[in-house]
Amino acid sequence: MDAIASRLIPNDDLGPGAKEAGVTFFLDQQLAGGWGTGDHFYRQAPFEAGTPEQGYQLSFTPAQMFRLGLGKLDEASRSASKKGFAELSPADQDAMLKRMQAGELDFSPLPSAVFFQALLDGTMEGFFSDPIYGGNSGMAGWTLVGFPGAYASYANDIDRHGVAWTRPPVSIADAHAHGAAGEAHP
Amino acid sequence: MSKTLPAVDVAIIGGGWTGSVIGKELAAAKQRVVVLERGEPRWPSPDFQAPTVHDELKYVRRHALHQNTATETFTFRNNPQQKALPMRRWQFAYPATHLGGAGSHWSGAYYRFDPTDFKIRSHYNNRYGAKIFDEDLTAQDWPLSYDELEPYFDRFDYLIGASGYAGNLKGQLQPGGNPFEPWRSRPYPNPPMKVPYAPALFGEAAAKLGYHPYVQPSALVTRPYINSEGLPMSACVYCGFCSNFGCEHFAKASPQVCVLPVAMKLPDFELRTGTHVLRVELTPDGKHARGVTYVDAAGEEVFQPANIVVLSAFSINNVRLLLLSKIGKPFDPATNTGVVGRNYTHQTTSGVNLFFEESFNINPFMGAGAVAVTMDDFSADNFDHGPHGFVGGGYLQIQVVSGAPISYHPTPRGTPGWGSEWKQAVRRYYNHSASITITGSAMPTRNSYLSLDPTYKDAWGQPLLRITYDLPDNDIRMSAFLTERGDQIGKAMRGVTLTEPGPRKRPFTATSYQSTHLTGGAAIGADPATSVVNRAGQCWDVPNVFVTGAALFPQNSGYNPTGTVGATAYWIAERILKDYLAAPGKLVQT
Repeated sequence: MDAIASRLIPNDDLGPGAKEAGVTFFLDQQLAGGWGTGDHFYRQAPFEAGTPEQGYQLSFTPAQMFRLGLGKLDEASRSASKKGFAELSPADQDAMLKRMQAGELDFSPLPSAVFFQALLDGTMEGFFSDPIYGGNSGMAGWTLVGFPGAYASYANDIDRHGVAWTRPPVSIADAHAHGAAGEAHP
Repeated sequence: MSKTLPAVDVAIIGGGWTGSVIGKELAAAKQRVVVLERGEPRWPSPDFQAPTVHDELKYVRRHALHQNTATETFTFRNNPQQKALPMRRWQFAYPATHLGGAGSHWSGAYYRFDPTDFKIRSHYNNRYGAKIFDEDLTAQDWPLSYDELEPYFDRFDYLIGASGYAGNLKGQLQPGGNPFEPWRSRPYPNPPMKVPYAPALFGEAAAKLGYHPYVQPSALVTRPYINSEGLPMSACVYCGFCSNFGCEHFAKASPQVCVLPVAMKLPDFELRTGTHVLRVELTPDGKHARGVTYVDAAGEEVFQPANIVVLSAFSINNVRLLLLSKIGKPFDPATNTGVVGRNYTHQTTSGVNLFFEESFNINPFMGAGAVAVTMDDFSADNFDHGPHGFVGGGYLQIQVVSGAPISYHPTPRGTPGWGSEWKQAVRRYYNHSASITITGSAMPTRNSYLSLDPTYKDAWGQPLLRITYDLPDNDIRMSAFLTERGDQIGKAMRGVTLTEPGPRKRPFTATSYQSTHLTGGAAIGADPATSVVNRAGQCWDVPNVFVTGAALFPQNSGYNPTGTVGATAYWIAERILKDYLAAPGKLVQT
């Protein structure tokens, strides 16, 4: 997962990538928790393919999909080049991820494009969610785009048009409750 | 074998806006009321307090205040020839659960329906001739007019502390207000919201093109306010965690903030949470409700006898309750008979993505659910439909709802979705993007309707509600027209380097969020052959059952539903109190 995260959001001169931001750790926790086991996932049979407009119709919970999909990706890598995915060069990893995204890899019974989308969604969630969930470490994702995080109020800023926001982001863990000390502007 | 409780006067299903408003009105008049809320109690304090409420993963991605699809969802298909399949997770809309319902996690965009929305068939027939309606459209007049409902709109305005600037006071246009606004008897109780940068740029360009932009009315109060129930609200602080979140500040109007604290002090009012209603129980002849059966939090079946039953669940969940309870004849598109489930619609939304020069700092995180500059020049019948050949319209606006970046990190089309190039683009555009939102009306057709699913069931073993829906040609033409107008405005905005218009296309998809405005299925009407309830909200077939909320809409307006939902709730409460209790029985003879 670290190897995949490093390609989806690489560590480069713009700042830390998904691996450095703890996305793997985030996903481990999410997949082991309620969401991973399908606490908000309607799972009654029959499972039928349906039309694209009817959306996701597979029976995998997120945890099942990741377990199966990560294994299949490594298998596909080994059968093609005798190396695990993590041992491939970045260029070869990207090529494989692109084939997965296009649905060209055979992960049956799991469509590889569906798994790719789950990986990408999970990576974005881990990169941009509050650090209390173990990802977005050091607020790397928020710093990249300039999102201030769990900041309490913009009542005095919203109609100051076009003024760049320069204060560092704030996570839930270190934000003050509204009205508490520390909210005044510098 | 279910347990039977002592009888009450009124059993209300659902603790959202309509159930709370009607429950309070009836309990204040000494009716013994129980409100049955399937979810858990949720209050601004302690449940929605900062900083923990500012959590996009929990409230948006993990659906903390949304109906849990694991236990109950909808099935969906585009037309009656397809097999419907379940929406296994939410994408197209966010129906709610827990106290306050969608009235707790809503955005607070606050409008009244246009007077022409209430007489859509006759108004368009008169002005354009009957041919303006495509043959497949089943749009029909309400049995109520805007003028009749105005006093009830007014009541709801002062309950929720609506913020805005009146454009039309008792027929007199007000300088600086929205010239297309329907007349109102009083000004908004609070002044309009502050205007962020992107909406200001939109307003500037729209005015330059000769349109009439104004600050969108809002259900977020803009100053300390004591509402019509004597309850305090505080000014919105534009924290940007509004839609899908509960409000920490008592600023966003919700049943918990605006009415329940007063209702719960009344001796005749009881709120019972953790009660999942299975059905309304009828007498053997099917003509009278005896009460409701629910499952309590421990899983036990309970029968609650009642003299009157009010369906106040999430809009189309009321239609499901009607079908499960065998109240009214289910609609059948093959024979075009029956009424329950007929005239279901969604909301025909579209947009134009805008990308700005880097010197324009948009600050998308400074916002609120309903902070926008809007224009109504292409809403309702505010423009000549003759040359365009469609019915309905919509408003165009820029609103700044949220910059929370899991959901919001726009990049221009053609940008890779991952890798270094994506990273570069997301950094370049996050603070230099906005989108024009277009909220359009939705016309009903014979083949778009609600019914019980023959295959899939909920966690209690009852059939799910099946949605059969696709967009009519009329709405596709409307969306193309409105989106093109939006694109022209976008191109005229200062700082914009790229516009990406995205008109709504067919087939309708359940895989992208469009709005939570799911309407119709229990149409209010004058004719029992084409409606489920009469003008009092009373079921034609079972006179001691009343239906509330957006399920009553015979078609959907281009304006957001909650203002009209609130007004009709006060209207129905009054019909029960003044008319039904005085003479229990059918309030409209057929």
